[in-house]
Amino acid sequence: MPHALIKYGLSRSYPGHRHFNSRKELKDHYDVVIIGGGGHGAAIAYYLSKYHGVKNVVILEKGYLGGGNTARNTAVIRANYLTEEGVCFYRDSLKLFRGLSNEFGYNIMWENRGQLTLAHTDAAIRSFRWRAEVNKHLGVRSEVIGLDEIRELVPMLNMSEHARFPILAGLWHADGGTARHDAVVWGYAKGACERGVELHQLTTVTGLDIESGRVKAVNTNRGKIQCGCVVQAVAGNSSVVGRMAGIHLPIHTFPLQAMVTQPYKPVLGPLVSSPQYHVYVQQTSRGEFVIGGGSDPYPLYNTRSTLEMKESLAAAAMEVLPFLGQMRLLRQWAGITDMTPDYSPIMGLSPLENYYLDAGWGTWGFKATPICGVTMAELIATQRVPDLIKPFSLDRFYQFRQINEAGATAASH
Amino acid sequence: MKLMRCPLNGWRNISEFTYGGEVESMPNPVTDASDVWAEYLFFHQNPAGLVHEWWCHTATSYWFIAERNTVTDEIIKTYPTSELFQKRVDFSQEEST
Ligand SMILES: Cc1cc2nc3c(=O)[nH]c(=O)nc-3n(C[C@H](O)[C@H](O)[C@H](O)COP(=O)(O)OP(=O)(O)OC[C@H]3O[C@@H](n4cnc5c(N)ncnc54)[C@H](O)[C@@H]3O)c2cc1C
Repeated sequence: MPHALIKYGLSRSYPGHRHFNSRKELKDHYDVVIIGGGGHGAAIAYYLSKYHGVKNVVILEKGYLGGGNTARNTAVIRANYLTEEGVCFYRDSLKLFRGLSNEFGYNIMWENRGQLTLAHTDAAIRSFRWRAEVNKHLGVRSEVIGLDEIRELVPMLNMSEHARFPILAGLWHADGGTARHDAVVWGYAKGACERGVELHQLTTVTGLDIESGRVKAVNTNRGKIQCGCVVQAVAGNSSVVGRMAGIHLPIHTFPLQAMVTQPYKPVLGPLVSSPQYHVYVQQTSRGEFVIGGGSDPYPLYNTRSTLEMKESLAAAAMEVLPFLGQMRLLRQWAGITDMTPDYSPIMGLSPLENYYLDAGWGTWGFKATPICGVTMAELIATQRVPDLIKPFSLDRFYQFRQINEAGATAASH
Repeated sequence: MKLMRCPLNGWRNISEFTYGGEVESMPNPVTDASDVWAEYLFFHQNPAGLVHEWWCHTATSYWFIAERNTVTDEIIKTYPTSELFQKRVDFSQEEST
């Protein structure tokens, strides 16, 4: 073995420093207990420790860091929603994504590809016009485009008039993009751990001790922890963990399945989505085609895959982008998603004084990771609900003030 | 393909059925307050485990009740609604009291 290599191997600087703290004992008390070590939990910890000086924070994760929906999503990042509340919120998240690699000093592989949604009906064109106007008004780049422009953007699309649902127009969202989902959670967790946050993997929250409207302690499979306050950021387990706090949530839990092909040369720039066919496709920077679509037809806490969903996804993908028929599938999987009736999240205060909700992210919450972290950290540190997330409170369902994003989320991403 | 037993039509592919939500008793449209209605419309038990639900055999528009396990994806049993609802629920009577 070359001498230089042995010297390097034996040096103090090898191996490089760890990204996250190694496993250690839980402390008796933390100021902030975050349940769930996905992108959301890690982002909250990051912004608390970096911008608010709150460092006695623990992230409790029952599996491994980012192994939930953060690892399973198809990484579509966009802000072309319909409601003013939704557009402003996702717009600010998109802005943060652009600067995230610099913020971390760690590459999250953000790519501004643009996103194209296809209209196959007159009703869809009308809703696209509406979305484009709302978007432009709020500083988000969206426009309705015709067939020639669509052909130019994605020459491989099936533009035939004889397709089952011919393409009539598109909603072009120049701001849309994608990023490496794992890198996002790793970047947040690394930054948080460097500032003193503790990450405890393989640590499941099993119950909460509640006394006069406050959480006093958090029970885990590794013992009891006293806490200043608690945030739940557990995606598909929102109802289950909410119930431990005695909180009833407007959520139904559905699997969402996706699949990916082997890698091929780069041919598809924009992210393409067809709500009518319930399918969306993007080519990753590694060359794989990621194919996603609508949720499963009935609620379930199970990540099994079904032939029906694979069949319908593959058929729809080939209808929109026929060249995909030549590709080989590499992998398929599912995540468990917490769906709200209005397709908007539930963020902010809860009926308990020191318990915060970060839930109801359904099939669309990866793109919200940065802004959710910023606003939830501000809420926890200052006890004031930031304006940007006020409309997303749990109360809205009692006031019948839903934020309807069902249309803008039709093919679930 | 997963199968479900329809109480009217027997075993069919699950894709022939539509899921219709948890079985919950409806509040009184006249006397119950709006927060009770909000609970009924939007909030659900959503259990990880046993659940009682409305299902419909789409092709024949036949509604029935199913008991499922939402963790194991097993359908435990299905039965006609008449087993659960034996009397007509009459809100108008309560209204006049
Ligand atoms: C197939 C698929 C495609 C998707 N595509 C997109 C997309 O293109 N764009 C987009 O924006 N969103 C998308 N989403 C949605 C997105 O993935 C989620 O909304 C987002 O990742 C939620 O982040 P999180 O950190 O809240 O959840 P997660 O990453 O799921 O983290 C929650 C963590 O909580 C842990 N946990 C649960 N219960 C406990 C407990 N009792 N104790 C301790 N820990 C617990 C879990 O193990 C998990 O790691 C998709 C989802 C799926 C499944």
